[in-house]
Amino acid sequence: MIGRDLLGIEDLDRSDIERILQTAEHMGEIGEREVKKVPTLRGRTLVNLFFEPSTRTQTSFEIAGKRLSADVVNFSPRSSSLTKAESILDTARTLDAMDPDAVVVRHAVAGVPKRIADVLEAPVINAGDGAHEHPTQALLDLFTVRREKGRIDGLTVTIVGDIVHSRVARSNIYGFLKMGAEVRLAAPPPMIPAAVETLGVKAFTSLREALDGADVVMALRIQNERFAGSYFPSVREYAATFGIDRATLRYAKDDAIVMHPGPVNRGVELSHDLADHRPSVILDQVRNGVSIRMAVLYLISGRLHRGGVA
Amino acid sequence: MQEKAPGEPRGARNGPRTILDETGIRRTLMRIAHEILERTEDPGLLYLVAIPNGGVPLAREIARNLRQIAGIDVAVGILDTTLYRDDLTTTAERPLLRLTEMPSAVDGRIVILVDDVVKTGRTIRAAMDALMDFGRPQVVQVVGLVDRGHRELPIKLDYVGKNVPTSPNENLRLRGDAGELRGRLELVLEPSDAADSDDSSRSARKGGGA
Amino acid sequence: MTRMLIRGGRILDPSEDRDEAGDVLIEAGTISEIAAGLDVPGAEVLDAKGAWVAPGFVDLHCHLREPGQEYKEDIASGGRAAVAGGFTAVACMANTQPVNDDPAMTDFILDRALHDSPARVYPVAAATRGLEGQVMTEMVALVDAGAVAFSDDGRTIMDSGVMRRVLDYSRLVAAPVIVHCEDRTLVSDGVVNEGPVSTKLGLPGNPAVAEIVHIHRDLLLAEQVGAHLHVAHVSTAGGVEAIRRARERGVQVTAEVTPHHLTLTDEATLGYDTNTKVAPPLRGEADVRACRAGLVDGTLDAIATDHAPHALHEKELDFASAPHGLIGLETAAAVVLDLVRSGELTPLEWVRRLSTNPARILRKSGGSLAVGASADLVVIDPERRWTYDPVKGHSKSRNSPWAGQTLTGRVVATVVGGRLVYHVDRGILV
Repeated sequence: MIGRDLLGIEDLDRSDIERILQTAEHMGEIGEREVKKVPTLRGRTLVNLFFEPSTRTQTSFEIAGKRLSADVVNFSPRSSSLTKAESILDTARTLDAMDPDAVVVRHAVAGVPKRIADVLEAPVINAGDGAHEHPTQALLDLFTVRREKGRIDGLTVTIVGDIVHSRVARSNIYGFLKMGAEVRLAAPPPMIPAAVETLGVKAFTSLREALDGADVVMALRIQNERFAGSYFPSVREYAATFGIDRATLRYAKDDAIVMHPGPVNRGVELSHDLADHRPSVILDQVRNGVSIRMAVLYLISGRLHRGGVA
Repeated sequence: MQEKAPGEPRGARNGPRTILDETGIRRTLMRIAHEILERTEDPGLLYLVAIPNGGVPLAREIARNLRQIAGIDVAVGILDTTLYRDDLTTTAERPLLRLTEMPSAVDGRIVILVDDVVKTGRTIRAAMDALMDFGRPQVVQVVGLVDRGHRELPIKLDYVGKNVPTSPNENLRLRGDAGELRGRLELVLEPSDAADSDDSSRSARKGGGA
Repeated sequence: MTRMLIRGGRILDPSEDRDEAGDVLIEAGTISEIAAGLDVPGAEVLDAKGAWVAPGFVDLHCHLREPGQEYKEDIASGGRAAVAGGFTAVACMANTQPVNDDPAMTDFILDRALHDSPARVYPVAAATRGLEGQVMTEMVALVDAGAVAFSDDGRTIMDSGVMRRVLDYSRLVAAPVIVHCEDRTLVSDGVVNEGPVSTKLGLPGNPAVAEIVHIHRDLLLAEQVGAHLHVAHVSTAGGVEAIRRARERGVQVTAEVTPHHLTLTDEATLGYDTNTKVAPPLRGEADVRACRAGLVDGTLDAIATDHAPHALHEKELDFASAPHGLIGLETAAAVVLDLVRSGELTPLEWVRRLSTNPARILRKSGGSLAVGASADLVVIDPERRWTYDPVKGHSKSRNSPWAGQTLTGRVVATVVGGRLVYHVDRGILV
């Protein structure tokens, strides 16, 4: 059930997801108006607490908050080794004393939003924690797929790339499975998480097999600088074995769509041409991200002060 | 949980009572269409904006009537007021959003908001705020199929189907197909336990908390 | 001369295979008589009706943090926590600041312990200087100063050549080399057991094989040079099996397991509680079962706490940055009583693994209620239920995964050298 916080897709059930997607449909309409703003969260303060920088996600939440008339404050404690010693809970308590109405948390280490939510009065929305979850990304991906395909139930979704380090992969695995899709993974073996089948997915080492009959192909970003040479030998070899281009896409269904959470390493995860053109829907994902985050802010920041509502 | 006010208006205690049946509703909407035409110098500027869900079939019926009477095609828009409500931060659960569909610009138009039941006036206030975000109408008027009284804001109706004095603890709702005016459609007054319309739910909560 | 009579308990002395009801008389700091129905006029009487009377527990593995990190723990507070948990002696690891790699430091710790700690303290000295894994310490001088074992503990010696020479040299002093077996290159940045839980949490996994590989290495090296290897906190089925086989072929190896690796699985980490972050990590259910079986069949000799205090602000960091370790002295006995209740261990065998075996591994007295032995003993009520609140505990730190839990079995009294140093209703008495 949608609770006070949105920490992960794992905590949601299908009807929660439906409700968020449904709400996002209506939020999308506001973005098409001349005045892209409604007074819903007027007088409410939304804090973007980003320990790990992410211009894209932060901007998306900021726009979503502003379209709902919330006052949006960006707070980015530097995660240098010097400030590392500050307890995250101290930061959270300090913030809470300023009475925010919702706090969006991003951190490079899994579990931080949960620990912050445990001490905070305000609801917490996870904007990505380590390799754990990135629920709004998965919601916007579900939203995008449903708009493109008219349904999610019964689809085959293949996620390709750095699964082990990916919060996007985990949230999407939970999301698509809960909505009735089949989820497959394809990656160089060191990038497949341990015991991943316990999540209900099947892992492939052959891209071709993983793509066979897929309706949705989701490529994940490869962090070249960190993992080339350790998790796979080289960017060139990665692109040749797991890169998606029009040729490999032929293994998937004719009407398959291509997704990517961005930013794309062109010529690595996706060919240049696919990064920009159909069947890739990358810019739709970004656009839908604002609607999804508006929906989440609308649904979640309602339960502000615990026990404060009669 | 609601206490019945002493001297409460007739009927409700004895169960649901039909205030307007389908024929009554159609007759009333026809009369309102006539009134609109009588009072509007340039019907070409008319723009009916329905407040969902109850206002939608009513606005469509009025548009049909206007076409029938005057041969004019009047635009019909749908404007969800949920995001403009003034009580969102006090509700435990956020209400579901409804469709908003404004097919043409409102600037310079004579906008007529259409709602089924008007009580406190808060929904109309929200609708006006929403409308202003879409542009600058020349005039804004309001149609209410039923006016229950109990106004909490200085809102007056320009076109009223029927005045129905009620207790604040009663529900008045439009039953039937919400999309179109067809089949069984009637306005029913019933004792309130589960609050239905926005207006009455607000009142019920206030009554309960007072 | 003070005399104390512990009356009416169930006497459990593994050193003499004694399990019978009786009274224990203590005179002049030693055990003078054990018999039923003793009546000693003028003796201080400690009622042990319904309770077990056992030789005091000996902890092979704890961190007292003094000198250098007294904000986490010191020898006095650690010693109080020890006796409150029934431990009459604790072996403290060398990773203090400065490191205990020098006889003067060993002296200092023993001197502090003598004055401040109600429990006996046995210093474990570093195996290499500064725990840097390069230059071995002066083992002879350290043993002369009172060191009981050598270990770089969590700073696992990765250089196999250094490890081989440390083991070889240790034969001079006949003291065990205690090893924390985790191959650091395999652990990498892993912070939770690699498996379904790490995948779910999205935290880097620490694979079981990191421990198993390293246990195999150290067993082979100890076997080759003929030294006494003591494997600390075994946590994997593969590790238990490696030790079992080595012992069968005559390797001089002993091993310990912690209360947390015996009773908690990695699922305890699912809420990201940093108090469940330990090294080696909490493992899966099969590993826990294997550790319990290993403890029961004697492959693992002893239960050791790896009591590792950390301040609240350190544990309030994110899961990757928070330090490893949890405190366990005050909860160990209650937690591992689970193995008695499950029928895996008899009370006598349970005591053997907390007391007699660890004393034997350190080649120290203790672990016995034989007449003439120093009166280090503990009285435990195995049925008493209590709720553990670290804030009210004796350790300076609170990093316990059992905080707030109701535990069954409690230490009622602890006697060190004939002195009652702890009583559950009266607190620390020194």
